[in-house]
Amino acid sequence: MYRSAADLNATKERLRPVLEERLQEGQLAMPTQVLVCTGVGCLSAGSQEVMAALKREIKSRGLNVTVTHTGCYGYCKMGPLLLVYPGGVFYRQVSPGDAPRLVQQHLAGGEPVENLLYREPGREPVLFVGDVPFFRKQMRVVLANAGLINPEDIEEYIARDGYAALSRVLAEYSPEEVIDVVTRSGLRGRGGAGFSTGKKWAFTREAKAHPKYIVCNADEGDPGAFMDRAILEGDPHGVLEGMLIAGYAVGASEGWVYVRAEYPLAVRRLEIAVRQARHAGLLGKNILGSGFSFDIDLCLGAGAFVCGEETALLRSAMGERGEPRPRPPYPAEAGLWGKPTVINNVETLANIPLILRRGWEWFAAIGTERSKGTKIFSIAGQINNTGLIEVPMGTSLRTIVYDIGGGVPAGRNLKAVQTGGPSGGCVPAELLDVPVDYESLAELGTIMGSGGLIVLDESNCMVDITRFYLDFAGEESCGQCTPCRVGVQRMVEILDRITGGRAREEDLRELEDLAHDVKETSLCGLGQTAPNVVLSTLRYFRPEYLAHIRERRCPAGVCKQLLC
Amino acid sequence: MDRRQPSVQQRNYLILDKFVERYRGRPGGLVRILFKAQELFGHLSPEVQAYVAEKMDLPVSHIYGVATFYSHFITRPPGKYSIGVCTGTACYVKNAQTVLERLQTLLGIKKGDTTPDGTFSLRTTRCLGACSLSPVITVNDDLVGEVTPDKLADIIRRCREVETKEEKERVPERRGPQRDERAAPPGP
Repeated sequence: MYRSAADLNATKERLRPVLEERLQEGQLAMPTQVLVCTGVGCLSAGSQEVMAALKREIKSRGLNVTVTHTGCYGYCKMGPLLLVYPGGVFYRQVSPGDAPRLVQQHLAGGEPVENLLYREPGREPVLFVGDVPFFRKQMRVVLANAGLINPEDIEEYIARDGYAALSRVLAEYSPEEVIDVVTRSGLRGRGGAGFSTGKKWAFTREAKAHPKYIVCNADEGDPGAFMDRAILEGDPHGVLEGMLIAGYAVGASEGWVYVRAEYPLAVRRLEIAVRQARHAGLLGKNILGSGFSFDIDLCLGAGAFVCGEETALLRSAMGERGEPRPRPPYPAEAGLWGKPTVINNVETLANIPLILRRGWEWFAAIGTERSKGTKIFSIAGQINNTGLIEVPMGTSLRTIVYDIGGGVPAGRNLKAVQTGGPSGGCVPAELLDVPVDYESLAELGTIMGSGGLIVLDESNCMVDITRFYLDFAGEESCGQCTPCRVGVQRMVEILDRITGGRAREEDLRELEDLAHDVKETSLCGLGQTAPNVVLSTLRYFRPEYLAHIRERRCPAGVCKQLLC
Repeated sequence: MDRRQPSVQQRNYLILDKFVERYRGRPGGLVRILFKAQELFGHLSPEVQAYVAEKMDLPVSHIYGVATFYSHFITRPPGKYSIGVCTGTACYVKNAQTVLERLQTLLGIKKGDTTPDGTFSLRTTRCLGACSLSPVITVNDDLVGEVTPDKLADIIRRCREVETKEEKERVPERRGPQRDERAAPPGP
């Protein structure tokens, strides 16, 4: 039970030696700790079995080495991953069969096992994690704990200054001061739209009705995006602390995490985190003796993309069909059960404790003029290093795809990067130097979105990809408004004609007109953004559309009906 | 189709009753109750929907409306091995469509269907967030990444082997398999 800042500090001091060892990188020393990644990628590659084998070997040799499981390191392609500390020796693609050698040679003998180290073709193996190219250009701030601490142990979070921001806020800040710090930091919503988080909180604070609620939107529905999942699985307490601070700032005493049922591991780790926080007195009544009370519960999303839209999410959280409604009123005035509600995305909330702990000046110094801080991206598709990365806002797509992502698989050329999921568009290869920030991407006809980047190469047909996204939007449309329900379907039909070799050139004009109509007249974000992919591919890849129509040919060789 | 022992069925309804009692009237309760019902019965049959409606004093159409809005809820019984093909973008660009077609051929059923013996069912899923392993499928609660046509055939074959083995070991007087829990797929 933590009753004061001093209690938190005592835990921190007690665990300090263990955690500090994990931060000593770049120098070989006798191993005392092994960290094993248990993100989804590594788990399904067998990290659980690797961990068990290591523990067995260590025990049978009577070594004094601990094995801890952590959240996702992000380099999913190379799983199962493990790190040996002090030093930070990075092993990849480890199998249970490697355990005896690893234990004998490295853990007992101090000599790293060379063939399990990361190595680029024709180069020397890389010993330390910090020297692996995938990590070198990253700036892991929000993800700093993912891969470093055991996400199922609140004490390890506290040892990393966890709940220190909350403790300080409760003791030293007025709610208005908290909102002021968040506003000054320039933090904008990481779920897609990029609205100022501080302003959102201020509106909710000003609303007259009571009680007020904090909702964490963890309904990461964009296909190809898994940032929120990694945060929830790797550092769930960071999100809870963000919600607590939000609750204090706006005057709420209840919070809900709306999380997808498709993420069972994230749900489990969240449940554990909530239970531990309650047990520690960091959720519940009179937190840290401040008089502030706040509790958090989970609400499972049952699988509907539209529920990522805030008004739909609210209806779903209330047990109904997740159908959006027109705004205003905004949730800040009338949200959960009609009361003022803050809805923030997972990544947004995970930034909050960092901003309060390190100061808004620190945060505002990262990124570009209007897009502050870092952004987490998931990179997947036709790329060598698939996984999860965190970079400062304003990093170019080229740096992400080539320096961090290792480029597209050998022998093929990059064609485009799709950003923003079904609400976004495609950036063609020739515009790859664009800095990734809210405004620059909007200028190109796409959006930052939640951070899913899908890399496409010559083997992908842009018309087919467009059809895929629109078909998705059509299936996920809630059906309330005509532009989205009917308009998207008509666009899918035109795209069917194009990929099927039955289209005329006039179809392109109709497609474009329809796209504008649906964008301007749909009820909610789903319909308003679904045409982005059509408009952006028509803008950058019109010749590919024309090849399908005029020559009945699919340049990428994807559209089967045009193959014979 | 339902070969469960009556006692199991009755016990499940009793558990559901308690759950309804706890969540009825609470905002947000219905979705939670449906989650529980599906966990207990494997799927939300018309009978279960009607039961929940009566217990909650709501029209069945309301329950049906909510149950069919969300892709997690299924209204037909799944196979003992429920196979899901992820159709997220990363999987799509890595040929998830071919994976689905191959599974349809291997199992002889279309997506959304169950094999006549109740062993396999096949469906597509939304993005599972395991994009770095694409293309991805799930077998019940387990995730299998970087699937290839060979790997698929192998997975199906191993599930079938387990089934045959269980069939042989089954004591003659017991009628039908106990279907309280869905089976975990055999390990590699």
